Amino acid sequence: MKQFYHFILKEFYHIFRDRKTLLILLGMPMAQIIIFGFALSNEVKNAHITIVNESNGAASVQLVQKIEASKYFELYNQSTRTADIEKMFKKGVIKVALVIPSDFDKTILAQNNSRLQIIADATDPNVATTLTAYLSIIIADFQKEINQLNTVPYTIDLETRMMYNPQLKGAYNFVPGVMAMVLLLVCTMMTSLTIVREKELGNMEILLASPVNPLIIILAKAVPYLILSIINIITILLLSYFVLDVPINGSLILLFAVSILFILVSLSLGLLISSVTDSQKSAMFISLIVMFLPTVMFSGFIFPIENMPLPLRTISNIIPAKWYFIIVKSVMIKGLGFKLIWKEVLILTGMMLFLFSMAIKKFKIRLS
Amino acid sequence: MNPLKYILEKEFKQIFRDPAIIRVIFILPVIQLIILPLTADYEIKNINISIIDRDHSTTSNRLIHKITSSNYFKLIDYSGDFNQAMTGIDNDKADLIIELPRGFEADLYAQKKTTIFLAVNAINGVKANLGATYLRTIIQNYNNDFRIALLTPGRFNELPIIETTSSNWYNPKMNYKFFMVPGILVLLITMIGLNLSAINIVREKEIGTIEQINVTPIKKIHFILGKLIPFWILGLIVITIGLFIAWLFYGIIPLGTYFTIYVFAAVYLLIILGIGLLISTYAENQQQAMLISFFLLMIFVLMGGLYTNIDSMPEWAQWVTKFNPVAYFIEVMRRVVLKGSGLSDIKQLLSIMLIFAIVVNYWAVISYRKRS
Repeated sequence: MKQFYHFILKEFYHIFRDRKTLLILLGMPMAQIIIFGFALSNEVKNAHITIVNESNGAASVQLVQKIEASKYFELYNQSTRTADIEKMFKKGVIKVALVIPSDFDKTILAQNNSRLQIIADATDPNVATTLTAYLSIIIADFQKEINQLNTVPYTIDLETRMMYNPQLKGAYNFVPGVMAMVLLLVCTMMTSLTIVREKELGNMEILLASPVNPLIIILAKAVPYLILSIINIITILLLSYFVLDVPINGSLILLFAVSILFILVSLSLGLLISSVTDSQKSAMFISLIVMFLPTVMFSGFIFPIENMPLPLRTISNIIPAKWYFIIVKSVMIKGLGFKLIWKEVLILTGMMLFLFSMAIKKFKIRLS
Repeated sequence: MNPLKYILEKEFKQIFRDPAIIRVIFILPVIQLIILPLTADYEIKNINISIIDRDHSTTSNRLIHKITSSNYFKLIDYSGDFNQAMTGIDNDKADLIIELPRGFEADLYAQKKTTIFLAVNAINGVKANLGATYLRTIIQNYNNDFRIALLTPGRFNELPIIETTSSNWYNPKMNYKFFMVPGILVLLITMIGLNLSAINIVREKEIGTIEQINVTPIKKIHFILGKLIPFWILGLIVITIGLFIAWLFYGIIPLGTYFTIYVFAAVYLLIILGIGLLISTYAENQQQAMLISFFLLMIFVLMGGLYTNIDSMPEWAQWVTKFNPVAYFIEVMRRVVLKGSGLSDIKQLLSIMLIFAIVVNYWAVISYRKRS
């Protein structure tokens, strides 16, 4: 036990003497939480729109003003001709165009029936769908306004309540996601790198030749990163609570406990990677493959898992970050208790035991 | 005698003698390009919906039928209990709850007005937004049908009606793959290029071989160029493989020319590799280099406009994306592949990238010191 303690001390010296790395390790999560928390949002707003107003009557000008006033659209170029639309799309300066035909004002007054055309840039299909829908809603509102004098019979109104996230803030979704990414980055990649580094520099031979149990050496490497990660969780939670206004509705202790569980999973993964690689370059690329992209793609924090084809949905189950993401969302934002997340916790525990025993089994006492 | 030739020879030999790197460069992109676009399906379908019908009338039944027969919604719960429906939202089983109040039909006939309640699980903003929007459209359509059935229309409409027609240009079938695949290709070459170049010089520092180079009469610029050119060629090869896969598996053929993509990619790679080398000259060991490059990658990737829309970001963040080369390349890829833009359409972006490339690489050259 004393040996173990001294080895941990040694690792801490390693980390503390490399000030730059320490600074990055502790500062990076903060920078990321703040940047992503504020910058990323799934809402579509401020989309550039151009309006071809061939009519220029009172009603059409009123409609244009209404669109201009909406937070979803920003008017680009007031006097556009139909021929310009394509050029603007190609230059990428607008996302959607509205064509008001020359007979709009006349028809709306005389025949009570007029047409508008919406053209959306569908290179990003979701943005196109959303913008078309927003624009249609604005036009429908406008229609209601000019009908104000006559009440429309048989109206079904829709009263919508956005639960858990009334302002549709992106941070609610991204904070749990970034937490998973940062923890994986610190635990998995850094742990595997420090161990492989000893191999690459040749220190491993010295360590293995000493009378210390090789397992102690390896475990001692993981402990400082465990502590660093806990510090990171604390800063992330503080920042998201105080700066980003993300609520912590559930039990803080439960949130902490599952985060430590996830850290242990990531550390085990890091140990496993370090057991099977022998250069920092390959350790990094394996971390990149098993960690970075799958976490982004499969954890469900950017792409909805239920939309994936079945084989991929199955694959997503082996990504630890997916389960952690579900747990954090449930505890932090929905405020659920352990009763509703025990299944996910059990899965993570199983993963940790599996990865850890694999890491120990694969650990080689002899070098090549 | 050109020393650059020999440095290049050395670098190429080093790269090709490492089988792991070859695997990473050639197999990784293939697998990822085949699998990842399948996961990146943002098209919102299968929105899970709970319906609480307290009315049980013909009108409410018809409306429910209309909602469930659209392709977007999956009815998962049809109990009359609000608490049970709420548990569904807590478990992530339901995304939306619709509550049709008692007297829905009667109110509609008698008071000409009625209200439906809709609760949305808004943690996932995209789904919440789109789901609610779709539902609103469906209900509006139903409302119109209902109205028309009851009011005998005259020869002219009694009230002004504005009809809108919408068309989706460049991607009329709304295929999400056309949008994702070129974007993922950009991310892949960025990741490979940045990481490989970021740990390159620093590795020589760590192993100590940099000393041997420092005592040779090689000029700084030759050294940096010697590191840059091999990865630049590899990057272009990865792009070629990626474009081939995009064609083979997803049938994506750029509307514009391949030439435009390559010209832009050539400049783009210079920036990415330059940033990598810059990290490499400042970092003291590989760990540091990787941490910094991962940090940059996360920002580049998440703020590149592939996952979230740049226009919706706050102003300062949009300003940050102006320095994000990934955002430029994704934009250019989209324009060339889907809109058929040519060099003249993207010349502004291209010149910004050129300036970036010159600044970054010049910086890398002056920050590399032969003395430690």
